[in-house]
Amino acid sequence: MKPAAFDYVRADTLDEALAVLAAEGGDARIIAGGQSLMAMLNMRLARPKVLVDIMRIGDLDRIAEERGRIVVGAGVRQAKLLAWSELAAKLPLVALALPWTGHEQTRSRGTICGSVAHADPSAETPLCLIALEGEVHLRSARRRRVVAAGDFITGMMNTARQDDEMIEAVSFPIRAGNGYGFREVARRHGDFAITACAAIASANGIRLAVAGVADKPEVRNWPDLDGSALDDALNAFAYELDARDDIHATARYRRDLVRQIGREVIMEARRCRA
Amino acid sequence: MPRLTATQRHSVRFRLNGHPVEGSAEPRMQLADFLRHELGATGTHVGCEHGVCGACTVLVDGMLTRSCLTLAVQVDGCDVRTVEGLAPERGRLSVLQAAFRRHHGLQCGFCTPGVLMSLDRYLSTNPNPTEDQLRELLSGHLCRCTGYTPIIRAAMEAAATLASSTRQEDSTHV
Amino acid sequence: MGHPAATPSSATAQDSAWIGRSMERVEDAALLSGNGRFIDDLGVRPGTLYAAILRSPHAHADILSIDTMAAKAAPGVAAVLVGADVKALTASLVVGVKAPVECWPIAMDRVRYVGEPVAVVVASDRYKAEDALDLIDVRYAPRPSVIDPLAAITPGAPLVHDGFPNNVASDRHFSYGDPEGAFASAAHRIAIDINYPRNSCTPIETYGVIAEYNVNDGAYDILANFQGPFSIHAVISRALKLPGNRVRLRTPPDSGGSFGVKQGVFPYIVLIAAAARVAGRPVKWIEDRLEHLCASNSATNRATTLSAAVDATGKILALDWDQVEDCGAHLRAPEPATLYRMHGNLTGAYDIRHMRVRNRVIVTNKTPTGLNRGFGGPQVYFALERLMQCIAVELDFDPLDVIQRNVVPSGAFPYRTAPGALLDSGDYVKALELGASSGGLEELKARRAAARAEGRIYGIGYAAIVEPSVSNMGYLSTVLTLAERRKAGPKNGAQATATVSIDPVGAVSVHISSVPQGQGHRTVVAQVIADIFGVVPQDVRVNTEVDTAKDAWSIASGNYSSRFAAAVAGTVKIAADRIAARLKRIAASHLNVEADDVTFSNGKVHSQSNPDNAMPFARVAALSHWSPGSLPDDVGHTIRETVFWTPPELAAPDDADRINSSLCYGFIFDYCGVEIDRVTGEVRIDRYVTTHDCGTILHPGMVDGQIRGGFGQGFGAALLEEFAYAPDGSFLAGTFADYLVPTATEIPNPVIVHMQTPSPFTPLGAKGVGEGNCMSTPVCIANAVADALGEKNITLPLVPARVRALIAGDEPPAPAGVTTQPRSRKPGDRGLQGEGSAEVGASPQAVWDMLLDPNTLQAVIPGCHSVEKVSDTHFRAEVTLGIGPVKGKYRAEVKLSDLDPPHAVTLSGSADGALGHGAGEGRITLVPREGGGTTLTYKYDAEIGGKVASIGGRLLDGATRVIIGQFFSALAHRAGGGGAADGAASGLRAWLRALFGGAR
Repeated sequence: MKPAAFDYVRADTLDEALAVLAAEGGDARIIAGGQSLMAMLNMRLARPKVLVDIMRIGDLDRIAEERGRIVVGAGVRQAKLLAWSELAAKLPLVALALPWTGHEQTRSRGTICGSVAHADPSAETPLCLIALEGEVHLRSARRRRVVAAGDFITGMMNTARQDDEMIEAVSFPIRAGNGYGFREVARRHGDFAITACAAIASANGIRLAVAGVADKPEVRNWPDLDGSALDDALNAFAYELDARDDIHATARYRRDLVRQIGREVIMEARRCRA
Repeated sequence: MPRLTATQRHSVRFRLNGHPVEGSAEPRMQLADFLRHELGATGTHVGCEHGVCGACTVLVDGMLTRSCLTLAVQVDGCDVRTVEGLAPERGRLSVLQAAFRRHHGLQCGFCTPGVLMSLDRYLSTNPNPTEDQLRELLSGHLCRCTGYTPIIRAAMEAAATLASSTRQEDSTHV
Repeated sequence: MGHPAATPSSATAQDSAWIGRSMERVEDAALLSGNGRFIDDLGVRPGTLYAAILRSPHAHADILSIDTMAAKAAPGVAAVLVGADVKALTASLVVGVKAPVECWPIAMDRVRYVGEPVAVVVASDRYKAEDALDLIDVRYAPRPSVIDPLAAITPGAPLVHDGFPNNVASDRHFSYGDPEGAFASAAHRIAIDINYPRNSCTPIETYGVIAEYNVNDGAYDILANFQGPFSIHAVISRALKLPGNRVRLRTPPDSGGSFGVKQGVFPYIVLIAAAARVAGRPVKWIEDRLEHLCASNSATNRATTLSAAVDATGKILALDWDQVEDCGAHLRAPEPATLYRMHGNLTGAYDIRHMRVRNRVIVTNKTPTGLNRGFGGPQVYFALERLMQCIAVELDFDPLDVIQRNVVPSGAFPYRTAPGALLDSGDYVKALELGASSGGLEELKARRAAARAEGRIYGIGYAAIVEPSVSNMGYLSTVLTLAERRKAGPKNGAQATATVSIDPVGAVSVHISSVPQGQGHRTVVAQVIADIFGVVPQDVRVNTEVDTAKDAWSIASGNYSSRFAAAVAGTVKIAADRIAARLKRIAASHLNVEADDVTFSNGKVHSQSNPDNAMPFARVAALSHWSPGSLPDDVGHTIRETVFWTPPELAAPDDADRINSSLCYGFIFDYCGVEIDRVTGEVRIDRYVTTHDCGTILHPGMVDGQIRGGFGQGFGAALLEEFAYAPDGSFLAGTFADYLVPTATEIPNPVIVHMQTPSPFTPLGAKGVGEGNCMSTPVCIANAVADALGEKNITLPLVPARVRALIAGDEPPAPAGVTTQPRSRKPGDRGLQGEGSAEVGASPQAVWDMLLDPNTLQAVIPGCHSVEKVSDTHFRAEVTLGIGPVKGKYRAEVKLSDLDPPHAVTLSGSADGALGHGAGEGRITLVPREGGGTTLTYKYDAEIGGKVASIGGRLLDGATRVIIGQFFSALAHRAGGGGAADGAASGLRAWLRALFGGAR
């Protein structure tokens, strides 16, 4: 269980990393924390020709507040964001969800942007980014662009990133006054979510995002529904997610969790709403 | 910006338990293999090579790190700590190691080096852990022998011992 | 006959200085410091090569060809072996029953389970060996496979081995007492059907073998983390076609857990030995985790129907067992031992005089089975103790009352069971009382009542079992008929060995062939010696490595059937006592006292009556080296004593098939309270109490360690762990993210209660204790869940989705307008169905022409490099498929059939590559749209297997749909697609939207 051979580039600057991507395209792969990619390399599921290590590039491990958004650079490890003193105040949903990502021993290495780039349908960070209407900041040698998180993740482990692009940062809007709820059901602590639900209650109503069921996190916006109207909305959402069976859970179980946990987190978010 | 070619071995240097070490590795070589088979530091064990079992956990620049999910070339120039560096001196045991022995916190000892690295790191920054915190920390390690309870007991005792010795040191400094 | 008094504290412990104390282990300092010496930590000879193994992605297939040319030419590669190369050097491994069936460590011309070795590459390092694996081209012709044990014995099922008719390797009937009469006269007949799943104890250290062939000596030297039994040494040397003295098998100083599992390394010992012989160099192989989970070994899964004849008071008069034991694809030694290990104690802890048994051993397309902690116990007790709970429910008794009414009565020990076990000692009635009072059973019942009053789902479960230890090497011959046994000759006993040596400075060393994997044998042996010689354990050196060329060993050597404390430690005592007796006579002559007056303590040999009359132990002990001529005449020497000990109670099966399958039988009484989360179906253990009587306790800390470890594994088997297979034989639990081992956040801390009734049959009064909770805990938790839910049909593992299915009512229907995909038939089924549609600008005829055009196919098949037209309707392609960073090369075949130009066509395809294989069929219909263009609709059915199924099961269905979607999207795109039609599946719709209207 050893990786196939690849070249390794330790980029000192962003331009160097982008130059390799421009030259090698789909044969190159960025390695940051490596917590998803390395397992795939060891199993020879992934066989890039060159790995570009971006963790020595200065400035990428920045957490900054800019124009009402929290910008998280490509070098920011999950543990660093989790330990950031302003997290609970600025991004309460992320503060609730991030402890569910893997274990202390993987959060210490894995990065926020790497999790978004990997686009695992069960992952908490893409769920939060989509739920919060965050953005993905892409950079290539030729251009910079910003893609809404909901558009960035196009399917299971599929994103709108072009081969010559890398994620430079992701950004989460800061929304004062909203209430948040998060809950996840997994087989064991730290496992991939069978179903993870994130709810945001704002002045405009409720927003529910679900990971682990469809090929990517899916979102619905509703007015402040209650009672059977909320049940019906959750039920419709549960079916629309087109859940599947696997060895860990059945489709029916996942739909049940969307209905039940979805309702729970919505109630929780409403309670927390200012 | 060095580009290390796939088919050649490249020099890798870092500090291991405080001492400079050097070896050579293809870019694809796992840090775990490099530690064990290039440097002879066989205390770090390999249990799954996909980041779940935790046996290969080491410290890189103070961060808990699965050495199977890390390339040797990635840690060039870093500070790496492994189980071999835990004891205060050769032939002695650290407070944590001694607590493991006292509470039978190990049986086969294969997962133990990784478990010790996580606990040693954690206790250094969280001197008064709760049992729940320790159980959550250890959820990143698989042990098939002990059922974990003796490990938790050892860690709780080590935390208490370390805390009281720190208090003593503090008071002697006053 | 009287029985030894059961007391909560050990009389033996009070008498002795070291035995019975939880001293710190002598093993631990090295293990805690990174100085363990596991097999992969030891150096190898210069020039050693490294092996990697190519494995079957198919559950059942004929091997059409294996092309190793490119692999042999790859950098660093020294040799590539396939089945024929191994066959040329070895013989088939012996099969446990008489049948025209062979068992090889590598596939010959047919693979029979996912993960079966197909080729071995030997190269200069493991990385390069794996590179070469990628270059081996194997062509398979898949056969139908059979996975379910009851399906396997259904007439017409695919045959795994032609020599096992109906897949049955053995079918034996047994009858003890008068079961027919008992069933006829009983007030009630109560029965239960069980399907016990597959799981394994998965040690964290995997298998390892280092082998070398000395061509001049014609002999192998092999180091492996094998654990015994060393009866397997005979199997290995037979397979290597050499006498045993030319197969030197050694074990490393440390082994990273085994729990039985590392018995299963032996086929790889043969395989790697053959590779070393071919390569002409030492060869090392360390199994990786994917190999281990998929193909190392598994406990048996078993389908059981168990019936009881019960009288009106709840007393069981007779049992009727029908066990169908699934040993997987090969009946590997020592199977079918899992089935027969428990044979003598099939009546459990109960006084049941009549019993009928039917035992069938069958084969399926799954990994071959082998030793796993509990070995047969979990399967038997799950049926028996579930039945006890069902009897209580059906007759409206308290489950504990039914247990108490049926256990072997106090004072009846040693007790001979109907099938022949001699339950050596115990007081089950008292243990039940002790467990209930010490563990707080009444309080737990109050907690249940309170929880239920609040509407919570809470239940209490019980299990009362006997835990056999020290296996009779003759029990397996119970599988043979009396006539076959007479022909084969008697098999019985269990030789334990110990060698105690004294060196020229009087230091004591001990060697035992017990091959521990973390059980602390060195510490306990040091305690035994310290008590006898009056020294401290730290001064005693104990070696547990086995070298079959130099050490005392027997076929019974090794670490299994919990035999250490009862047999091996006792044999150490016998050997040390013999030396001590001689030392006493030597000392007596120096101290001028009678030998009976000599005793050992505090490092001295002295007179009991006058302790000041003393000599240092070391001086007396060393005399045999320095002045043998001055020893008393008939003392001989005290330099070394080797003892072989076998208990006389372990006789061969008698003519009535009665067998005392083990030497000792401990008793366990477990109960637990569980609460079930109504929303998630998660089972939370509120309290777990486990009461053990394992005879004399030698080291309390280690006994509790064994109990906690076994409990952890039993807990995992109950709630988390399963080697899941799809109906097509794909293995679905190939990583530690799929095979879920419990962690510190899941396993609760059990309450442990002890009672000690020494065994009259073992030198130290000790019995085994390591396996019991693997037997009792799964069914105890299941009984609690059954009680909580009022449900009879409880299947392990109790995954939340399965539990919730028992409490959730009907599902709310889907709202109008939301269509759901037709789904696979049951969880884990690899069948995948989907459908979708697209509107394209081209006419139906134009689309039709494209479908039959290789150039178009090349353009629309995802990642297609080339298309070869075999016929007008048959194409062959080389493709790269994948999602995200996961990409692999495949050989694809595409066939068109049921042509209805230009309206409809069936497209069937298959793909085969290193990451897996898939096959699917889709019907495409083309309907002209008003105003031009075509609505292209497709419906497909696909099956995926191989590596991606075992390690990426969670994502596989989604990934497959993406790839199939890619094909149709590309087709639609090429045909001038404009957008997705309504009604398409949401996943594909999203994908199509992204492709046509999204980011690009």
